[in-house]
Amino acid sequence: MTERTRALMQGNEAVVEGAIAAGMRFFAGYPITPSTEIAEGCALRLPQVGGKFIQMEDELASMAAVIGASAAGVKSMTATSGPGFSLKQENIGYAALAEIPCVIVDVQRAGPSTGLPTSPSQGDYMQARWGTHGDHPVIALSPSSVQEAYTETIRAFDLSEKYRMPVILLMDEIVGHMREGIELAGRGEVKPFERQTCADTAEAAKPYKMRNGELAPRMTPFGEGAFYNVTGLIHGEDGFPTNDHGIAAAQCMRLMRKIEENEAEIERYETAAMDDADVCIVTFGGTARSVQAAVETARAEGIRAGMFRPVTVWPFPEKAMRSICERVKKIVVVELNYGQMKLEVERAAAGVCEVLHIGRVDGATFTPQDILNKLREVAK
Amino acid sequence: MASRLIETYMRQEHLPHIWCGGCGHGILMRDVAQAIDNLKLNPKDVVIVSGIGCSSRAAGYMNFDTIHTTHGRAIAFATGIKMAKPRLKVIVVTGDGDATAIGGNHLIHAARRNIDLTVVVFNNSIYGMTGGQFSPTTPTGDMATTAPYGSIDPNFDIPRLAEAAGATYTARGTAYHAAQTIRLIENAILHEGFSLVECISVCPTYYGRKNHKGGAVEMMKWQRDNAVPAAKAKTLRPEELAGKLVYGELSCCERPEYTQEYQKIIEKAGGAER
Amino acid sequence: MNGRYEMRFTGSGGQGVILCSIILAEAAFLAGKQVAQSQAYGPEARGGLCRAELVIDDRRIAYPKVTKADFLMALTQASLEKYGETAREDAWVLVDSSLDETNLGGRRVIKLPVLETAAKEVGRAMTANIVAVGAINELLEIVPDAVIEKAVRMRIPKGTEELNMKALEAGKRLGAAARER
Repeated sequence: MTERTRALMQGNEAVVEGAIAAGMRFFAGYPITPSTEIAEGCALRLPQVGGKFIQMEDELASMAAVIGASAAGVKSMTATSGPGFSLKQENIGYAALAEIPCVIVDVQRAGPSTGLPTSPSQGDYMQARWGTHGDHPVIALSPSSVQEAYTETIRAFDLSEKYRMPVILLMDEIVGHMREGIELAGRGEVKPFERQTCADTAEAAKPYKMRNGELAPRMTPFGEGAFYNVTGLIHGEDGFPTNDHGIAAAQCMRLMRKIEENEAEIERYETAAMDDADVCIVTFGGTARSVQAAVETARAEGIRAGMFRPVTVWPFPEKAMRSICERVKKIVVVELNYGQMKLEVERAAAGVCEVLHIGRVDGATFTPQDILNKLREVAK
Repeated sequence: MASRLIETYMRQEHLPHIWCGGCGHGILMRDVAQAIDNLKLNPKDVVIVSGIGCSSRAAGYMNFDTIHTTHGRAIAFATGIKMAKPRLKVIVVTGDGDATAIGGNHLIHAARRNIDLTVVVFNNSIYGMTGGQFSPTTPTGDMATTAPYGSIDPNFDIPRLAEAAGATYTARGTAYHAAQTIRLIENAILHEGFSLVECISVCPTYYGRKNHKGGAVEMMKWQRDNAVPAAKAKTLRPEELAGKLVYGELSCCERPEYTQEYQKIIEKAGGAER
Repeated sequence: MNGRYEMRFTGSGGQGVILCSIILAEAAFLAGKQVAQSQAYGPEARGGLCRAELVIDDRRIAYPKVTKADFLMALTQASLEKYGETAREDAWVLVDSSLDETNLGGRRVIKLPVLETAAKEVGRAMTANIVAVGAINELLEIVPDAVIEKAVRMRIPKGTEELNMKALEAGKRLGAAARER
């Protein structure tokens, strides 16, 4: 094991380093602001560690190639922003149903459509959850610092392999383009979760068969003689298409349950100054930085404010949120969109406390003053 | 009793296949299996990748590692598989709509890279799975459910498209000319680089019926009577070739192969010994 | 330099304004400070208005952007006019000598021939950002000389060390002369 190192780097660069530390050895992407530094970083770094980078012809192809490489047993990642995230959705759904692990980084920029390509936003929060068609679970993680971009990328890979599903790293331009000092793990220090495979080929031929006590079915990579089928059609445990309603129901329920039953392990959130708080600000990603500053100033003014920040933004940490709702007088959701996470907070609050909201859709970030003004108003 | 070929390379428990009576796809799928058998490939080293449509159901019947992907994206999935494990023989089974309409971009770019994939296009000149809409290879003037007055769309010549984009091996076979088609698929698999074999199928259910081409037998006879070997076609004038189907090897050349070139990048970057 | 210190660097795309901020961030980071560096820009790589920001603090930085700059650099007239009055009333404002006078109230304006020094003394206009790095570090005493030199070397293309060290030295002289005034 080598020593830890400290370095000044961009959020996007930290994602590349985190991914490599987690064992990512294939990246397929297409240039798009503000995520391009991730593709550039992978083009430079992956061949240095024996990995591979490919710039595909479009966003759809990038997502497809990532799934293909993962099926062949290599940890894979792609990165994009809003317009590209939209284009990738069909294949993200494929990865969810076919249970192929992979990581998709979405460095959110202001939309809709081409929007404001160099400006921050958190407008893809709901898209991360509901962007592709059909019902399926989603794991999305949203870092709020460069250090967390590194560590959450590692966690994204681990969750992806553990639960055999695509995991979304929901970044934003604030974190993606910001430079901060971070600490990088020494070589050998990160112990990534390795995909569970089947040594026995007869067993490996059933790539969707659950075994007692395991989180997800075992998956043997292509090229090892397992000879199984992967499809985006509803399938049984042998991976072959079926129109049987019973099998369809069982498969869809199993996909949901693998997340629902393990939410405690998947969820991660930060609370700050919540012990005696009257008002709780709920926020995520880069916006949390403005909130932290505002809460500190508010506290100095005697306003009893605190912060609740989901890091795992999907599944939404509903129970933790609910218990806060029962303790505080008011909640203010602060996010760079027109009110997306607010809907989840309202659902968790279910009427037990008032849920207020401040959003921005102009491509600018919140200043701590914007939030402080709201806190003063709410505290009156 | 099933033939040795079926016993060895087909998932019998998933047969019979879903293709209509008279469809050419069953013959073409068998051609692919026969080519693999003739080459004595280790099944462990073969991955079959397909997209969406009638053709793409072939993957599920073939006893290898198989992946039935999303519409149009088979070649892009295949690119990821090949990059991850270059030792694998990655064979893409796709259709005319899958490969040249919704997936056209992936076709030309994989050809441009000259990545070592073998793309076998089952071309039935129609969207069969959705019930008979015109495709990029439906001849101009022909009928389809979305061309009730005859199609005004010009059609692609798939091997020429692939060759122009950079494919280093292109060929055309037919459902009728099985022996020749098997040989072409073998050549394509052996070729180091992007290879494409267009296999002219027959769709009596939609294309044939809509365009009064008769049943499966008449359509197969048409292939027999109107196909011209590529070598002979070179000696014929354009007017003599009008309405004919040229089959055989159409182009073959050498260019650096993509995954081998990438290996050089790894060496240059110092990652080779990892 | 104690506590939170906010710096804003402005100019035209292509002047290396962002790299200037990154090098100072790297230097402060090497010196053990907390830093947060960011930038805002339009679609054009060259010619558009460009802004970079750096926050330096002894403790963890919550808000990573500049609210009221303690220090502003303006290399073009447009950037000076747009950002001049957003700096704190007592901010240091480094403007290039080629710019016209603008009324900046009580702000401490320092005019230095950054662009001219790069073009004539160093011999390459594109080294203006490194000249600025040297001048700013000398003026504000952010990090020791050895640290700023290391930070420059870490962030410039290989093979340009000699040229950029010349630019850094020229910048330091500008900064030292200004400090004595």
